[in-house]
Amino acid sequence: MKRAAPFLLAILLAVPGTTLAAPVADPLDSPMWANHAAWLLGKAPVRFDPAVIVAMPDVTENQHVFPVTVDARALAGVQRIVVLMDLNPLPVAIDYQPQAALPYVSLRIKLDQRTPVRALVLTADGVWHVAGRWIDAAGGGCSAPPVSRVKGDWAQHLGEMRGALWREAGDTRLRLTVRHPMDTGYVDNIAAYNIEALTVRGADGAALGTMAINGSVSEDPAFTLLLPPGVSGPVHLHMADSNGRTFDGNLTP
Amino acid sequence: MTCTRRAALGLIAATPIAAHAETFAGAYAYDPQAIGPGIWLVRGADEAIVFGNGGAIANAVILACPQGGAILFDCGPSLRYAQGLAALARKLAGGPVRRVFLSHLHPDHALGTAAFDPAIVAALPTTRAELERDGNGFADAMYRILADWMRGTAVILPGASVVPGPIEVGGRKLTALSLAGHSAGDLVLVDEASGTVLAGDLVFHDRAPATPDADLAAWRNSLAKLAALPHRQLVPGHGPLDPTGQAAIAQTRDWLDWLEPALQQAVARGLDMTEAGALPIPERFASMKLTRYELQRSVAHFYAALEQQHLPRIDAAAGNG
Repeated sequence: MKRAAPFLLAILLAVPGTTLAAPVADPLDSPMWANHAAWLLGKAPVRFDPAVIVAMPDVTENQHVFPVTVDARALAGVQRIVVLMDLNPLPVAIDYQPQAALPYVSLRIKLDQRTPVRALVLTADGVWHVAGRWIDAAGGGCSAPPVSRVKGDWAQHLGEMRGALWREAGDTRLRLTVRHPMDTGYVDNIAAYNIEALTVRGADGAALGTMAINGSVSEDPAFTLLLPPGVSGPVHLHMADSNGRTFDGNLTP
Repeated sequence: MTCTRRAALGLIAATPIAAHAETFAGAYAYDPQAIGPGIWLVRGADEAIVFGNGGAIANAVILACPQGGAILFDCGPSLRYAQGLAALARKLAGGPVRRVFLSHLHPDHALGTAAFDPAIVAALPTTRAELERDGNGFADAMYRILADWMRGTAVILPGASVVPGPIEVGGRKLTALSLAGHSAGDLVLVDEASGTVLAGDLVFHDRAPATPDADLAAWRNSLAKLAALPHRQLVPGHGPLDPTGQAAIAQTRDWLDWLEPALQQAVARGLDMTEAGALPIPERFASMKLTRYELQRSVAHFYAALEQQHLPRIDAAAGNG
């Protein structure tokens, strides 16, 4: 009878009106959601919330470089934005803390197969607001060598940063690209090697935003962040990779 | 215990297994359109490659040879499509396929070569090299999307090289042009008897141009050459026949002339790829199919390189640290 218990539980949970305190069902019906939610979110309350906008293309033209924009500006008091691909071997792409920045981030990710792509947004009241959808993709986004490894020129351009600031109504837009192979460790004879951290500081040295970054972010990462309106430069960018190298850059509006 | 097992089975049966079951391919349908003496256009669906259309989205052309037999210009995505196309050609032209010309490397036009003796398949040398490089990758992608439709389809490299200039196949007089821009090797044929330009994917008509291997400057150059050819009508790689011979060329050019600066301006405004893919598409392209789809694909093809060109260096190594 022991083996029957999970089935019985499943039946109970499936019956509407059951009095058990069931967790909210994942609208994407992902086989990995419960697992990821347990290690990422613990027992914190979760709300599947359309207030979090996750903008992605309709077509996965390139599973190595798939753009995602998370816009959580409709929520107050955002503490963290986590981008999660349920079925990726490296499921978390970034964990962004927009300290003074607006709760908004664009990035490019690798997709290893068809998977839910989601944003998990933590607000100050301790609630995680979750949104996203299934993205179809050909396999292998995490297990093919990056272009710069194939070309062999990655080391010559490592850490080259490009970017700019734009004054916009309501924010200061920051666009940043950096050359880095972002090796996942899943390619023969190429160890994992990726940018791990990004910090954006204002002229007074205070952090505007900090981000933890994993190898499931695409080669040559590119980010859009929205800083507070009227930021005057210089804005300092600091990155560190998994070999202990650091990369610094400065931006003025 | 028995009872619980049954409950478990019930649960499994209740899950939508049917939705994930193998779906078998249907049959390809061909609707040949006579567009001149001994020349037929077999239209592809003006859609993206999806299981529902079996990948039959590209146009193919059948030409009858005065001395018997048929010529094909492009042959679709799969073995089965090409077998059906060859049977149709035999019926219309009254003889077997003697020659298959490939316009370029892309799988919706080229993988049907699996149905033919490689010796009768002709392409530009560049196309052969590109197929050698990308063919198996294309086949993988097509099998993933099309599954059973692709059964038996293998990548066949063309056995014959097209030399630009006049060509005669079974008494049918053609002129071959070696152009580029949609891909590194774009073959165009002009059929003398009907005054038809077979433009391949250098020209799209009422269907947004695709750019996965495009060189936009070279493409514009090629379009100028096509516009200057003496011809009566034009068969695009995708979309309906252009009876004017010029409208589809102008429309393709118009799209490319809009696309490139639109992406450059998006980079200059600091937009992300998701935002660039959501840019407004001008009203004048409303008659074209798949505009949003192809814009998003083009963003994927060009955006990162445009950013590398247009955004300034800001790092310490560049004196900015």
